Amino acid sequence: MGPMIEEMDEKVKKTGAKVESKPGESRKIEVVHQEPSGEVKPVKMRAAQVCAWFGGKQALFSVNMDIFEREVTAIIGPSGCGKSTLIRCFNRMHETVPGSRFGGTILLDRENIYDPKVDPVAVRRRVGMVFQKPTPFPTLSIYDNVAIGLRLNGTRDKKTLDEVVEKSLRKAALWEEVKDGLHRAGAGLSGGQQQRLCIARSLAVDLEVLLMDEPCSALDPISTSKIEDLIHELRQNYTIIIVTHNMQQAARVSQKTAFMLNGKLIEYDATEKVFTNPTNKLTEDYITGRFG
Amino acid sequence: MFDYQARRHFVDRMMVFLCGAAAFIALVPLGSLLWFVILQGIKRMGTPGILVAITVSLVLLALPYMIYKYLKHLPYLAYPLAFLAGLWVLGLLGQLWKVASQIDWKDMGFFIHTPTPVGVPGGGMGNAILGTLTLVAIASCVGLPIGILAGVYLSEFGKKGKFAWAVRFTADVLSGVPSIVTGIVAYTLIVKPMHHFSAVAGGVALGFMMIPITTRTTEELVKMVPHSIREASWALGVPQWKTILLIVIRTAKNGILTGVLLSIARIAGETAPLLFTAFNNQFWPTGINQPTASLTVQVFTYAISPFEDWHDQAWTGALVLLLLVLAVNMAAKLLFKNPRQLLR
Repeated sequence: MGPMIEEMDEKVKKTGAKVESKPGESRKIEVVHQEPSGEVKPVKMRAAQVCAWFGGKQALFSVNMDIFEREVTAIIGPSGCGKSTLIRCFNRMHETVPGSRFGGTILLDRENIYDPKVDPVAVRRRVGMVFQKPTPFPTLSIYDNVAIGLRLNGTRDKKTLDEVVEKSLRKAALWEEVKDGLHRAGAGLSGGQQQRLCIARSLAVDLEVLLMDEPCSALDPISTSKIEDLIHELRQNYTIIIVTHNMQQAARVSQKTAFMLNGKLIEYDATEKVFTNPTNKLTEDYITGRFG
Repeated sequence: MFDYQARRHFVDRMMVFLCGAAAFIALVPLGSLLWFVILQGIKRMGTPGILVAITVSLVLLALPYMIYKYLKHLPYLAYPLAFLAGLWVLGLLGQLWKVASQIDWKDMGFFIHTPTPVGVPGGGMGNAILGTLTLVAIASCVGLPIGILAGVYLSEFGKKGKFAWAVRFTADVLSGVPSIVTGIVAYTLIVKPMHHFSAVAGGVALGFMMIPITTRTTEELVKMVPHSIREASWALGVPQWKTILLIVIRTAKNGILTGVLLSIARIAGETAPLLFTAFNNQFWPTGINQPTASLTVQVFTYAISPFEDWHDQAWTGALVLLLLVLAVNMAAKLLFKNPRQLLR
């Protein structure tokens, strides 16, 4: 138990997030770490007037959001507020649900991904997704799991595949742990390793944006902290949008946070501002734990 | 004072005993069927016959030991029961080896020779065995692709909609159709236009029977693949058809194989559809466009004949068929060890 607590303390010191709680008082989250101000990053994706329906029931009401390049954007909110629906709209996975409808525009690098001429499969190759439950393909080995995206899209050259598999596994911080057993079954890894394998699998397809739908909720704290470290590293090359129901995680990991409630975007601002000085009363109520 | 607890205990134990006895009684028909066929059938089997006799002996010898182990915690019950079982097993073994001692263990004639006229010794059912394998192969070519692809359609694209419902309903009804009806239909559709019996007609009739079984099994299996696997594949930018063919089916392949083996075991033992489609043949097959012998029809022909020698051969044929079907079923069970294994 000892080393684990010290490790966690180090982490807290690094990001500067402090969780204070005095007896009888609701927890406050302070984020001390500051992005160098004045640095404006270009907009990678823009959601404009996004509405989504499941059958007759509307799930998203006119959401407007800008996602900036090479930043981690967190979407928080209580269960059922539409976070997962919104993130699935970003890579056109929402339409795979039978009976679903979509309205509005989502721009990726200024092209509308919902344009009728655009192939959803091509969009999904640029915008990848990692799900809550790690799903390595059960019948494939670790190597095949990572290579599957490339293989199914036509790449056959063994040397290219070897290189890409190694690069992706290194980027996902899994290479050292599995390099001796690449041909073992993918499903034989631990939960955290499986999730990192899924991340490596997405990275192998050469993405620009990585969407993460509650990636750590099925994992233990050690694996969670490893994945959060991974997100810090990946941020330098990829744009990441993460949905989480864990506010502290959002505070640790993201630069921008969006708070959603009942399908509407309530507030979207820099993480420090949302957690220390939110504009909207609903946000403040949620942050301080008065509901949700 | 009436002891309610003791009475309850007694009733509990009584229920356990009754259910156990019923389970044991359920084994009796199968056990006696196997025993009868083995005893009568090994006479003409030659070398495999001796092997069967040895295996059965070993299994029987293990029986008293199993009883002893099972009841070890009740020693006053275990020893006598094991002893009695041992005596009974010895009796059975005596019968078995009396029959087995008459086997010429070098004689593989049953498997190599074709039938001889009545009274001429040394006939066999070699052509019938080959015929059954041929018919099953043709049936698989017809039944498996249609069955598996239909199953994939129903599970991937046919969750709602009247067409899918109609297909499912038809498959369910077809799997209950008496096999002789399938035989007559195949006769009308294939044998009459061709003006002769053939292995093709027999294979197609058996294939018709394979389709509903394979469709339903494949549908259930593909439905068992978790949706998250499909979503993970779509999220990688893999198109829908590739996801189905290369990821979903690959994941469900063990289960689909089990379904295939079970349907093969089922049709290998069918007689009625072959009576008017493949008919019968006393010689080695020289093509698939002629009447073909099969184990089932040959057993039927021999069993209703008045000749003792043919009766013996019919028993042996039945034993070979039984062993074939048992082997295929065992293979299917081994692949199907537990439901999670289906998705490996």
